[in-house]
Amino acid sequence: MTYIASIGLEVHVQLKTRTKMFCSCPAHREDDPPNTNVCPVCLGLPGALPVPNREAIRKTVKTGLMMGSTISLRSRFDRKNYFYPDMPKNYQITQQERPLCIGGGLEIEVNGKKKYIRLNHIHQEEDAAKITHLEHSSEIDYNRASTPLMEMVTEPDMSTPDEAIAFLTALREMLIYAGISECDLERGHMRCDVNSSIRPAGTDRLGVKCEIKNMNTFRGIHRALEYELRRQQSVLESGGTLRQETRRWDDEAGATFPMRSKEYAHDYRYFNEPDLPPVVLDQATIDQWRTEIPELPRARRARFVADYGLPEYDAGVLTADRAIADWYEAAARASKNPKAVSNWVMGELLRALGEKGLSITDAKITPAALASLLDLLDKKTINGPAAKEVFQILFDQGGDPAEIVKAKGLAQVSDTGAMETFAEQAIAANPKSVDDYRSGKQAALMYLVGQVMKLSRGKANPQLAAEILRSKLAP
Amino acid sequence: MAMDFSETADRMDVRYVAALARISLDGAEAEELQSQLDGILAYVGELKKLDVEGVPAFDDASGVEGAWHEDEPGECLPHDVAMSLAPLERHGQFVVPKIIE
Repeated sequence: MTYIASIGLEVHVQLKTRTKMFCSCPAHREDDPPNTNVCPVCLGLPGALPVPNREAIRKTVKTGLMMGSTISLRSRFDRKNYFYPDMPKNYQITQQERPLCIGGGLEIEVNGKKKYIRLNHIHQEEDAAKITHLEHSSEIDYNRASTPLMEMVTEPDMSTPDEAIAFLTALREMLIYAGISECDLERGHMRCDVNSSIRPAGTDRLGVKCEIKNMNTFRGIHRALEYELRRQQSVLESGGTLRQETRRWDDEAGATFPMRSKEYAHDYRYFNEPDLPPVVLDQATIDQWRTEIPELPRARRARFVADYGLPEYDAGVLTADRAIADWYEAAARASKNPKAVSNWVMGELLRALGEKGLSITDAKITPAALASLLDLLDKKTINGPAAKEVFQILFDQGGDPAEIVKAKGLAQVSDTGAMETFAEQAIAANPKSVDDYRSGKQAALMYLVGQVMKLSRGKANPQLAAEILRSKLAP
Repeated sequence: MAMDFSETADRMDVRYVAALARISLDGAEAEELQSQLDGILAYVGELKKLDVEGVPAFDDASGVEGAWHEDEPGECLPHDVAMSLAPLERHGQFVVPKIIE
């Protein structure tokens, strides 16, 4: 029998804010000593009152706007009650009944096939503290407690592990682009609960759902899903029944294991957070936030193809990183040859940055300098090797290409008089090559061009050299 | 949370809710609270019978709107003050019995 898989994701994303969700303690100070960014609110001390972080709300709403969600003009916070030492209030402030963003979705592409993944909603909440389990006890650092999080819940619209990864990749790219989150997976900025089920092809009702908790690498998610879908299928094929359960991925074992029921059988008893009034937004504010959304990678790729005549491949490479895309675009606008700019950015510039381990914002070369360097090349003021030499100087020290060309004497010799002298010297010094060329060996001409280049110390215009040699050697 | 309880949409089990809240109740307390809670829920049941057609939803008694904090870091508790709350401290961290989830 053939089965169809349905995969849904719950993605927790730490928002890039300076302060925590409900107090003014600094957020994201992962390297600070433990328990130094805490106060009565995030430690859950009696009587302390939470006040929502406007910037966190703004970033969640902007995410909803980018994904086509409906933004709630009035939403609420709820308490999710549970007892665990990572949550000192004994409840997490989250949104259960009336989340900030409803619906929306994201288009993904796998093997050239496009698919729209729907969102159920995005809600605002707070992160838990960091807990380290030792042999006989656990240590808790509340610095992370109450870091702003948004949780995004998709519909079960993905049907392969590849689609799930495509969704997460597109989401991550978008969130980094728009400055919503740094999405640093290693630092736990993006964590996922992965839901999956299978059903026989040709049937409509979703199968029994299984949830894998707390995944934080894309590779792990892919492997866990591959394993899980195989496991579910083999249970059904051997005549067994699946039960709805929460499982844990063991990366070393390469398998999922059921969590003991005690570990997840929570009855959270959600109720409205009485300490917080509703979150009320007006349409003008939302419209203002909408104007702050940058052009997203997908749209930008399409525009680079249309505006600069770039191949899809170039557009994809250049837009993968917003700073690179901005840099390219500044150079392309200053240049008559945007495709050449693309070649140089993808080739020389990215190579040079990679070698030095620099980011584009550290580079000394400016977009305008690259544009004028390529202009000198197009006008044949300099030849290819000279352009590379100037590029390296611009990259290391900055400066003006025309001045560097002048100072280093790199301008191409296109002066016919000087070139004729070099050609005559080359012919006189290489009678064998001259004979070879005259008897039909084209390669011999290239050797003579090389001699002219040498005589000119690399500054000759090679096309012109070939032309002059040909006319001098003509019978 | 392995325990017997009986709850429906109209009935809450005090012993179960107490267990969820990590509160221990003796038999007499549980009985007294159960009867009080039953009374409260019965009254809510009465309220549910009211015709509220056309009455706007009311979800907030505070009347407060736009209570935000701007994204500017403020003062935190001094580390030693924060740690004075810890039952046990090690490496600047709160130490608790190990509970694996």
